[in-house]
Formats: sequence, structure tokens, C-alpha cells
Amino acid sequence: MFKRAKEYLKNEIQGIRDSGLYKDERIILSDQKANIDVSFPEGSAPKRVLNFCANNYLGLANNPKMIEAAHKTLDKYGFGLSSVRFICGTQNIHKELEKVIAKFYETEDTILYTSCFDANGGLFETLLGPNDAIISDALNHASIIDGIRLCKAKRYVFAHADMNSLEEKLKEARENNANNIIIATDGVFSMDGDVGNVKGLVELGEKYDAMVMVDDSHATGFFGERGRGAVEYNGVLGKVDIITSTLGKAMGGASGGFTTGRKEIIEILRQRSRPYLFSNTVAPAIVGASIVAFKLLDESNDLRVKLRENTKYFREKMNALGFDIVKGVHPIVPVMFGQYENDAQLAQEISKDLYDEGIYVIGFFYPVVPKGQARIRVQISAAHSREDLDKAINAFEKIGKKHKVI
Amino acid sequence: MAFNKKERDIFKDELNNIRNAGIFKDERIICTPQDSEIKVEFPAGAEKKSLINMCSNNYLGLSSHPEVVKAAIKGLENRGYGMSSVRFICGTQDIHKELENMLTEFLGTEDTILFPSCMDANAGVFEAILNEQDVMISDRLVHASIVDGIRLCKAQTDTYKHSNMNHLEKKLQLHSDKRLKVIITDGIFSMDGDMAKLDEIVGLAEKYNALVFVDDSHASGFIGKTGKGTHEFCNVLGKIDIITTTLGKALGGASGGCVSGRAEIVEICRQKARPYLFSNTIPPVVVSAAIKVLEIISKNTDRKDKLEKSTEFWRNGLNEAGFIVKDGESPIVPIMLFNAKLSQDFAQDLYNEGIYAIGFFFPVVAKGQARIRTQLSASHEKPQLERALDAFIKIGKKYDILKKTKEEIIEIYGL
Amino acid sequence: MAEIKETILDYVKDEYLDEDDDKEINFDTPLISSGIVDSFSMISLKRFLETKYNIQIPDSKATAEAFNTVNNIVKTVEEIKSE
Repeated sequence: MFKRAKEYLKNEIQGIRDSGLYKDERIILSDQKANIDVSFPEGSAPKRVLNFCANNYLGLANNPKMIEAAHKTLDKYGFGLSSVRFICGTQNIHKELEKVIAKFYETEDTILYTSCFDANGGLFETLLGPNDAIISDALNHASIIDGIRLCKAKRYVFAHADMNSLEEKLKEARENNANNIIIATDGVFSMDGDVGNVKGLVELGEKYDAMVMVDDSHATGFFGERGRGAVEYNGVLGKVDIITSTLGKAMGGASGGFTTGRKEIIEILRQRSRPYLFSNTVAPAIVGASIVAFKLLDESNDLRVKLRENTKYFREKMNALGFDIVKGVHPIVPVMFGQYENDAQLAQEISKDLYDEGIYVIGFFYPVVPKGQARIRVQISAAHSREDLDKAINAFEKIGKKHKVI
Repeated sequence: MAFNKKERDIFKDELNNIRNAGIFKDERIICTPQDSEIKVEFPAGAEKKSLINMCSNNYLGLSSHPEVVKAAIKGLENRGYGMSSVRFICGTQDIHKELENMLTEFLGTEDTILFPSCMDANAGVFEAILNEQDVMISDRLVHASIVDGIRLCKAQTDTYKHSNMNHLEKKLQLHSDKRLKVIITDGIFSMDGDMAKLDEIVGLAEKYNALVFVDDSHASGFIGKTGKGTHEFCNVLGKIDIITTTLGKALGGASGGCVSGRAEIVEICRQKARPYLFSNTIPPVVVSAAIKVLEIISKNTDRKDKLEKSTEFWRNGLNEAGFIVKDGESPIVPIMLFNAKLSQDFAQDLYNEGIYAIGFFFPVVAKGQARIRTQLSASHEKPQLERALDAFIKIGKKYDILKKTKEEIIEIYGL
Repeated sequence: MAEIKETILDYVKDEYLDEDDDKEINFDTPLISSGIVDSFSMISLKRFLETKYNIQIPDSKATAEAFNTVNNIVKTVEEIKSE
């Protein structure tokens, strides 16, 4: 009997539309790469645009070696496993990938999940009980928040990247007789592209006997000298107890996530973590390609170097044009409009104008980011050529002038 | 970091407790594609052993079907490897929409939204559509992923005794004051293989103005006349408001799930369901293969028919041999042993005979309800099933449980 | 007191045990921690008590511990009635 529900839902959908938050999906007719063909609105003639909003940091999403590896794995290991891991859903390649990741991050063991969303969702509840505490950065990703919501431990939130605030919360948790404590942070925060102070967390963790958890999704493979993410960038490889990350961004971008860290933690997760026990693991084709992705990134620094050069170039040119860019070194480059009163409107209109110019970027505004911090989030990739970057910079200049923001 | 001896010992103790309780889950490593016969390495490093697989959800035998693999490769070549984006940013391809439309058509609903898994579909759907003025009334044996979805939702909760329609009706009366009521059930329950009484549930939903939610993961593709699922079997096509199901079992078995149902519910999920908004959708390679799977099973019901024949042969064979088998319509066939240790010993003996099946016991099933759960597949050939049946009978004789009543088995082995 | 106990015990048996269930429930059997009463359906129990005894049980008192045995439930009901 849907009649009553239909009215409620229709009203809610209208409310979302009225507040300008309705998410329209743009349909891509090509593989994921620098130049994509998009049909938007649905059914309209395809338009070729430069993609500056993917997490395809290293350009591996359509890399021929990845496709070849996936193809070969399909031939050898089939398409699906139709089982969870502990029944009949573990192939030798799954164990191999888990080892490859542990070696990459210099950890003791690794467990794969369907996604990093599920890795975070199944983490805290498994490790912490009602007598424990979880202390989380205020800007952590939604999946960490959901993981914490499912967990019975006492919850504390520290002000974003504020070590004093964190220390206060640690003291508070200790005073409240917390047994085990986990401090949780994103390695790189997705909206600002700022890097978590993982080193600070590790030091405070040592001082207050708390474990440290880092979600390195926006860093694995490309950030840090050898691509070991925010953990390497902070110089604390081997000192973070729990790292979660994704294979769905820089590492090819298909699907899959993992938790890597202390052996006993990984072993408990295998026994108790609900998304691991009740859902299929990563499909064979993705596993085979992911093994190759880690190998490629160990063999050569080229893609990382190219990404770093692209990021530097783009940031410098945009700064020179007078855009308000959040400082940093990460390929997430937020172009801010907070100094203008109509920031949300600007972010939307400018991103729309850029789309017409063939540059695909997304405007973010309240409530996705705080009020007065509307922005266009640009994401740089190693797949972008210098020409692509110049085209984007020129478009930004043209549209920026039109809207008088530079 | 502070992973010192104290922390390490806490987790070590917990692991030891799991081991001592006999519920430690060892993973057996498969070195072949999923199929009716697989090569397994167990324990790690041991010589590979060839086994008839009686414990996968590969109901239609499509997990390693050549046409499905071919379609997957075509997907890779035409649409690349990954999307590196969530759906609403730059992670939606034409083939994602195509698959959603095909699922809608197949399931007989109004619209469909893909999720990375059915676990994520179940985890995200309730929170997206309900609020604290609503109530979720669930069957007490629904799958763990539904339980997590309920836990994440602010609506009130209640439960009814497994498939007990009088009890459900009482609960619907009790909650007559709520804004929305949702009845929540599995289509086929995974441990017993029994089916929800969807016709009666829909009747009650109409009487008391409630929505109906069905997780049809263990049914989509092979239950009902044309394999649409339990709603087809129970003659309530078009009357289920929310169906969730998986592509990770009969429909190819790689990964992916969906919410399918009323257009407005699907639309709200696209705007609000957290696993949809914050996680990549399924990759092109899986989408492309899933499209092929739906083409194959929409063409004819050959695979489903073969599965039904195999199930009938298997159920009859076990019954005739004198095992206590749970009745049902599904290819999930539980052989009741009642005693936990017996279920483990039995499974181990089967393994030694080259048959791979799993013994389940508390807390996965109720205390005193230990069993071997067997699952049929359209990829099983008759000689394989005959071999498996012979092995079951041989071991059944060894433990002297054939043609015994429940009480007699419990008398020998205890509960 | 004894009557309340029996009434609540009967309700719990009727509500949570299946017909062929061989579980024994007495006044001190743990209900929630043993999984007999699933936490999702505590609302039914609460509503039953509120209607039957004409009381309001605040959420702060409807804890897993207060509802864990028939004896605890009786104690909670008596406390609220005497307030």
C-alpha cells in the first residue's frame, strides 16, 4: 500500500529540488579518462568534456595494463564467486592481493572489503565495545561516521585537525575510564584536500595509549614520496595501527577497499566484521587488476611525478590568475567563493558555465560544505596533458572574469 | 599509535575464545573459477584437492559461464576498468542506466537503483525513506544486512515471529498510529531455504495500509515461473513496494545489488542513501556481464528448469536415504543433524570424500538446530549429484543417523 | 506482585517463544542478553506494560538491563507505579 508513502516522498523530493540540492546524474558514454563523452540531460547529444572531477588521480581507470590484467583474470578465475569469503569465496589471488597491500603499506596483514565504505562500516563495531572510546575528527568521511554509529563505544569528536582539542578528548576519555581507544582521521580530507596530521595523532596515541586509524582513500598510490599515502607523507609508516583505503579511486577506480594493519586486528575482522561476513568480496577481475596496479606503482614513479607536476602547474596558474585556492600540495584543488555573499550561487553558475566551455567540474555548497565556503572542487589527474590543463585554466580565466571573481 | 602488549593481548584472547568455542572461520583457498567442481587448497600450502561444490550461491551456474565472461571482457574493452567516482559526480555510464532499466523490467517494478552490494542496499534504504514517526516491522529471521539497515534508521522497530501471520497482524494493529509502517522480510530465508508468505503479507499490508519490503537475494533469477523471484511465485508481482536483491549470487555472482520498486522510493534513494552517495557503484565489467546474465535468463528458463530438476533429485535422494531434510521450494537444502559437533565432523568427512558443504550451528542458526546446508546449482551434472549423494549416504551410515527421528539423533549425540 | 510476575512471564512466553520451542523461561532467565527478546521488539514489550498497567515508561528507564529478566521488569513497573 504505497499511496500514503508516495505523498510523503513526493513532497520530500520537491523539497530537495527547491533547495537546489537535487543530484542529477550525467551519463558518460565512454570509459573514464581525461576526455569523456557526456550526455546531459539524459538523451541529449553527447558532448566531449575534459574531466576534472574524477578520483582518477593516476589515470589508471582505463590503463591498458589494468584492462589486460582484468581480462586475463577473467579468463583464468572466472567472473563471480557467488559466495562470501569464508564459505567458498576466497581464491588464491585474494590472498595474494592482501599480501601485496600489506607489503605496500609495511603492515602486518590486510583484509579486503567490497568497498572502503564497508571497510569503515565494519571496523569500529568489531573492535570496540561499550567500555571503549572512539575519538573522531569533526570532518571525517560519511563512511567513518556510519561505522561509528554502528559501534557501542563512547563517542568523542575533536575539532578538525586540532591537536589540542584531540588531547582534551583523550584526557576526557581516560578520565571516563575508557578501556581501548581509537583515534580516527581521514588521511586527506576530500573537500579541502588538506592532509591529516597523522604524525600528531601517532604521538598523542603513544602518550595516551590509544590506537590510530587513518582512512587513506584520497592518498593511496599517489600521495607521499612512494605513494604510501598520508601515512608516508607524515613519516609514520609502520606506526599507524589501522589503515583503511579504497581500490576505487587512484588504484584503478573499479571497486573494493581494504583494512590493513596489526595482525590480530585483521584476524578479528575476518571473524566478526559484518560487511566481510555477509557480503561477497572483491570480484576476481578487480583483484587481478589491483595486483597489477600495485606492481606498476612499485616499478615506476612516473605517474606520481606527472601528477605532482600537473598539480603544481595548475595550482600556480590558478593562483596567478587571482583565484582563491585552498593552499596545499594535493591534487584536490578547491576554488573558493566564500568571500562573496552569493557563494553558493556562484559555485553553481560557474561550474555550469565551465561545463559549457567543455570543462567538467562540480560546485559544492552548504550543506555539503559549511555555510560561506562554497567552492568548485577541481581534481587533477596524471591523465591530464599540459594542453588539457591549459584549456581548463583558460576556461577558468574566461568564466572567472565573466562572474568578476578574479 | 599504541598497539602494545595490552592491546595485542586483548585481541589475542578474543581470537582464542573464538577458536575454543569452535566457531573460528577458516578460509579455504580456491584456485579455479567458481563452478560445480573446484580445486581447493586447505590448509594453505596443502596439496590441491578437487571437490564437488555444494555450498555456493551459484544457483544458475552463471558465475563462470563463458558467455558471461565474454560480456565482462567486452565491458572492459568498451567502457574501461574503473569509474573512480561516485554516481552523481562522474560515475554513471549509459550501461549503468541500461542495467537499471533491465532489472526494473525483469523484476516487474517501476524503477531500480544499483548499489555496490545488496548489503549496502539494505544498509541504505530504510534510513533514506523513513523517519522517527515510522515503524519497521521485521521477520525475526531476516538477514544480517537488513538488521544493520534497521540499526542505522531512526524509525521505530518491531519484529514478528518467523512467518507467523497472526503475530504480524497483531503488530500492524499495535502500530496503527504510525505515519508509515513497513513489513520487512527475506523472500527466501538463507538458512532454512523456506519462503516468505508474500501473498498473505501483501494482504495484511493492504488491510493495514503498510509497505512491503522483500530481500530476494536467494530467489532472483530462479524462483517463480519465469525466475523473477518470490513475488512471482506468490502471485504478487507489482505489489511489493521495495525489493532488494543481489547480483552476487545467481545473477553472475561477482558483486553488486539493487533497490527496485516504487519510482519515488528509488528516486529518494538516489538523493539520500548513504552507501550510494559515498561509494563507487559497480564497475563497467560487472555491469556489462550482468546485462548479459539478464539476457540469458530472459530468453528461456532452461537453467532454472535444470536447477529445479537437480533440486528435486537431491531432495528425493536424501529423503529416501533417510536424512531429515527441511522441506521447501528452494535449492537451499538443509540436512538436519541438531548437534554442533556432529555437523562439523560430518562436513569434514564429506570434504575427505571430495564433497564441499558447510556445517552451520549456533549462533548462525538456533541452538540445537545444527545442520549441513547444501545448495544446488544449474552447473551440477547428474553424475556429480549421484557422487555427492553416495558420499552423504556413506557418512550418514557411519554416524548411524539414517532413518532416525530427531529425538533418536539427539539421544545419540546430544544437543 | 505475584500476579504481575505471572502476567509478564506469560506475555514474554507468548510473544517470544514459538509453538515448538523447547526453551524454558522463568523469572530470572536473561531475556535480552540471551537473545530471547530481540532488541528490535522491546517497543512491543514497553507498550504492553504501559497499556496493561496504565503507566508511562520513560526511555531513560526502558534500558536493556531493566528489561532483561521478568523480575527486573516487575521492579521497573512497580517503581514507576509508586512514583
